[in-house]
Amino acid sequence: MPQVTYTDHLGGQCTVEANVGDSVMETAVRNGVPGIVAECGGSLSCATCHVFVEPADFAGLPPMEDMEDEMLYGAAVDREETSRLSCQVRLADGAHLHVTTPATQV
Amino acid sequence: MAGLLIIGSSQAGVSLATSLRALGHDGAITLLGDENHRPYQRPALSKEFLQGEVSKESLIFRTADYWAAHHIDVVKNERILRITKEADGSGVAYALSGAEFGFDRLALTVGARARKLLLPGVDLPGVLYLRNADDALELKARVPAARRIVVIGGGFIGIEAAASLNKMGRTVTLLESGPRLAGRAVGEETAARLLEHHRSRGIDIVLEAQVARIVPRGDRVAGVELADGTLVEADLVLVGVGVIPNTELAESLGLLCDNGIRVDRYAVASDGVTVAVGDCANLPNPVPGAPEGDRVRFESVNNAIEQAKVAAYALTGRQEEYAGIPWFWSNQGEVKLQIAGLSTGHDRVLVRRDEAKGRFSVLYYRGERILAADCINAPLDFMAVKNALAKGANIPFAAASEAAVQLKSVTVEPAAAAAN
Repeated sequence: MPQVTYTDHLGGQCTVEANVGDSVMETAVRNGVPGIVAECGGSLSCATCHVFVEPADFAGLPPMEDMEDEMLYGAAVDREETSRLSCQVRLADGAHLHVTTPATQV
Repeated sequence: MAGLLIIGSSQAGVSLATSLRALGHDGAITLLGDENHRPYQRPALSKEFLQGEVSKESLIFRTADYWAAHHIDVVKNERILRITKEADGSGVAYALSGAEFGFDRLALTVGARARKLLLPGVDLPGVLYLRNADDALELKARVPAARRIVVIGGGFIGIEAAASLNKMGRTVTLLESGPRLAGRAVGEETAARLLEHHRSRGIDIVLEAQVARIVPRGDRVAGVELADGTLVEADLVLVGVGVIPNTELAESLGLLCDNGIRVDRYAVASDGVTVAVGDCANLPNPVPGAPEGDRVRFESVNNAIEQAKVAAYALTGRQEEYAGIPWFWSNQGEVKLQIAGLSTGHDRVLVRRDEAKGRFSVLYYRGERILAADCINAPLDFMAVKNALAKGANIPFAAASEAAVQLKSVTVEPAAAAAN
C-alpha cells in the first residue's frame, strides 16, 4: 500500500496510507490533511494543490505535462525546483512519497 | 442531538462542516443530505465520471474515518419537509422518513435543482437531466444502447456532456435556444470560439433552436421536434436548461428569498441567525468595486468553498468578509475553459490568440481596469488575471495587447495601479 508523508510549512508531519492509483492530492483531501485545498477536485484548473516534493522522490516521478507546468506559474506561493500539482502525482504500489505543503494555496 | 444542523451535504455543506472544524469549533455538527450516497463532488459527473475515467469512489469528499475523527455526524437519504424554528435560531427539522433533527443553529446548503422542461413528451423514459449522482448513473447506464443523443441547452452542463458523449462515439446534436453558447457565462468572442471548436469535433450545434416537443415512438423517445417542424432523431435526450435555487424551506421559515436565500456579507439570512451558503444563496456582490447593493447568486465550487468559510466565521462569532475573486471552470472535451472575475459592466474586450499553441483568451476591461478573463487552454493568462484581481492589481490594456507578452510580467501592483 502506498504512503504519503505530508509536512506543513511549520514542520508538522503526518503520514497517510493511500490507494494504488490515487493522487497525492486525493489522499490528502479525503483524509483531511490540511495545506492542500484542491478546489477543482483534480481537473487541473486551480493550482491550489501545490506541493514541494522531496528531491529524492521527485526524480522518480513521471514528468509533468505542459498544462501542469503552466498552472504552477500561478500558484499562490512561488514554485521551486521540485514543485508539482499534487493532483497530477499518482501513487504506485509500494511508493512512499514525501511532500511539503506551502504556507498558503490561495 | 442539537448543535448545528447543516441541511445539504454537497460542496457547500461539506465545506461549511470542514471549515468549522478547521477553525477549532468543537460543537456538535450534523451534515444531512437527501441522497443515498456519501457526500461526493459533482463537477466530474458530466465529464470524467460519465466517460468512465474516474470511479464513483474517487468522487467521495472525505473518508468515513475523517467524519468520525472530526465528530461530524453524516446523515444520508433524509429529505427535510418541514422546519420549526424559534427566535434564537434553534428548532427541529422533520424528515419525510419521520425522523426528527433538533438543532441549536441551522445552516441551509440546500443547493439548486435542475430546471424541468415543460413540453409534450418530457416524461418519456430516455429524457434525462444531469444534476446529481443518480442522474449521472442513469445517463451512464443508458449511453451504451444509445446511438443518437440530443442535448437540449448549451450552458456548461449541456456543452460538457455533449463533448463527453461525442468523445464516447455517440452522434450528438446540441440545441441551444439563445444566439450563442454559454450566453450566461461568457462573452461573444469566447462563445464563438467554443462553437467553432465543438462543431469541428463533430457535434451538430443548432443555435436559436426552439424545441416544440419530444416525439415518442411507442413508449420510447424517437426524437426532438423543433418549432419549424424539423425532427432531430434521438434515442436519448439530455436536458440542461439551468437550475432553480431550492428556497422552499427558507421561505417556509419566513426568510427573505429573491433568486436564492438572501444573505448578508457574512452569509447570514434575514432572521439574523440562520446561515445559507452555496448555489442556494443570494449574496452581496463580493467583488471589490462592485456597485453598492448589487447582488449575485453563484453556481460554482469556488463560491461554495469561500462562502462556507465566511459562514463558518459567522457561526463562531467572527465577522470576516468574503475574500478572493470568483472563478469558474468548464472542461469540454479538449477545451479547458477557465474564467476569473466577473465581466459585468465591461466596456471593452481584448482577445489574445496563440493559434500555434491553441491558446485563446478574452480580457474584459472597464476603462483601464481589468475586470475578468475567459481563458481557453491558456492557464498562464488565467492565473495571471486571477492573481492580479485577487491582489487588486491591474493588467493594462495596452501592455496586454502584445500577444507574446506574459501577463504576469506586465501586472501593475496595487499602489502603482491606484496611482494610474
